[in-house]
Amino acid sequence: MTKTQNAGAFGRLLAGRIRSGLAAALLGAAGLIGGATLATPTAHAQLRAQVVGEQYIPLRIAVPDFDAAGPGATDIAKQLTDVIRADLGSSAPFRVLDKSSFIERDLDITKAPLFGNWTVSGLEAQALVVGNVQVDAGTNQLIVQYRLWDVYGQTQQFAMSYKVPTPLNWRRLAHKVSDDIFLQLTGDPGYFDSRVVFVSKTPGDDPFRGRLAIMDQDGANAEFLLSGFTSVINPRFSPTEQVILYGAYIQDPRYPTATLLRTYLYDVATGRQEILAEGQGQLDFSARFSPDGRSIVFSRAQKGNTDIYMIDLATRKQTRMTNDSAIETSPSFSPDGRMIVYQSDRGSSKQLYIMNADRSPMVCPRGGGTKSDACRITFDGGGYSFTDPVWSPRGDWIAFSRQGGGQFVIGVVQKDGTGLRILTDGYQDESPTWSPNGRVIAFERTPSRAAGPKIYSIDLTGRNERRLPTPRDATNPTWGPVLKME
Amino acid sequence: MRKLSLSALAFTMLAASACASNPPPEPPKPTEVAVVTPPKVTPPVEPTRPTPPVPTGPAAGSKGDFAAKATDRVFFDYDKYNLDADDQKSLASQVAWLKQFPSTKVEVQGHADERGTRDYNIALGERRAQSVKSYLMSQGIADSRIQIISFGKDKPLDLGHDESAWARNRNSYTNIIVEAIS
Repeated sequence: MTKTQNAGAFGRLLAGRIRSGLAAALLGAAGLIGGATLATPTAHAQLRAQVVGEQYIPLRIAVPDFDAAGPGATDIAKQLTDVIRADLGSSAPFRVLDKSSFIERDLDITKAPLFGNWTVSGLEAQALVVGNVQVDAGTNQLIVQYRLWDVYGQTQQFAMSYKVPTPLNWRRLAHKVSDDIFLQLTGDPGYFDSRVVFVSKTPGDDPFRGRLAIMDQDGANAEFLLSGFTSVINPRFSPTEQVILYGAYIQDPRYPTATLLRTYLYDVATGRQEILAEGQGQLDFSARFSPDGRSIVFSRAQKGNTDIYMIDLATRKQTRMTNDSAIETSPSFSPDGRMIVYQSDRGSSKQLYIMNADRSPMVCPRGGGTKSDACRITFDGGGYSFTDPVWSPRGDWIAFSRQGGGQFVIGVVQKDGTGLRILTDGYQDESPTWSPNGRVIAFERTPSRAAGPKIYSIDLTGRNERRLPTPRDATNPTWGPVLKME
Repeated sequence: MRKLSLSALAFTMLAASACASNPPPEPPKPTEVAVVTPPKVTPPVEPTRPTPPVPTGPAAGSKGDFAAKATDRVFFDYDKYNLDADDQKSLASQVAWLKQFPSTKVEVQGHADERGTRDYNIALGERRAQSVKSYLMSQGIADSRIQIISFGKDKPLDLGHDESAWARNRNSYTNIIVEAIS
């Protein structure tokens, strides 16, 4: 079992950071590398996936298997290219073309492709990725380099070279390449080199039992996090670090048959953890980081009433954010840190409200110009409840779970209450969490009364719903930030 | 495959925190212990053997005694936390027992059915537990003898997914955490 460390030990982590040794460099123009000639790129509009309304017109991209050189490089090249294709293929902006339909087979990263081979009828690739994988027999370093071609523009749009100390890191390099391509072709940062923490549930086991687990965003590398606890709820990733908050039901140290709900901070890399809320005298839960990671908003249930509080992690100063006899819960900061969205049943049904993080009064969109402490942004429209709000890291949308009509569905709404859209049609869809670029929402789905909960994701456009594979049942997904290159 | 070891923990606010933490608690044990009724003593096969004393039931002031003499669970309507006449009758039996054994302590556990989000149901479960605590206190049980916890929808009594299961899962259970020494 992981030892709980004191705050000082957390501080010392800063000195002990481990570097992965990942180096990245922009690759030179093709014409300079192998002596191949290439026309100087003219001023050409960047290739971009087209968005019409809320929908992408998927950009047709070809990713042939990368070339390989060095011991074991062939297998790595094959798997790495498979992961790139799977990443891009799982996202709404791309249509990954079938590699069996490619005509040009002798691609060379040092040469420009024969563009005409990629524009033939039926293939019509708009983007082409040509790369290679080298494993240095002496140093065992893995080098991955690639070029992204705008096929119809006949220009290189981007090129990059990555070097890591061991081939074991090939999967992360694949995600890095996918993230580059996503950024180049959509203008939004990618999200493929990121991880998802969730609560793993064993079918048939006591539903109270649940362990912290982590996986890559594509479901690879799933493993338990050794928190030492067997009844974990509501893990929440820091928006900036590989650190999470979670709640755990634990044995009361004073009375062995009693239970406390504590809130913990947990460093995913080291397994070190710290108690944030002891769980005695009051019940703190539903904690989330502020965008800068320095504060935490949470719900506190005390004497039959639940309100929202904030704690400054450095000073441990607590501020009561709401003071109402209704249940206020599930707070989530806007990415600029200036507002908080939360759920309240003060108006007879459960609805979403926003407030200023400094608690100053605000003029509500439907308030007729008068100032209020909070503004309601969802409205019944047929007896619906709106719950589990989470502000997008882009700031443009708030995801929620809507309850009514015998089901829970995931939807999004803007902070002024406009643009409400329902994205899913599950039996019970809840606990939404945003991809770090705010384009994809992962959520917990209980597909039917008879089936256990699983994790799904859907694009903000409402398309591309897919299951994120987990080894067992899973609840409470929380999507972490894109991993850093240290 | 291994991941890159990226423990880039620029986590300065933790460095600044001065609050020392406790050692890790043991994983929670089941809090609802089944009432164990001692097995009936079968007639001695050999009459020459001494006859063991016949148990008369759970020890006075024990968890088992509470379960035998008081109604340990009350049920709620959907999204409600008020106590009706039946609930108050059940709680009166708890009050009587708690008054008989003033050294005992209880944990009131609030539960909700699965219809609702995890967060809301924790809040609702806390309200239900607080309703019971308030009632017990109104009948003269000291605040210091009652702690509350909410399990929300995460610890259902009934694993079914229909009206009857939901009705059973909207409850508050009174768990004896300090027994009387008899």
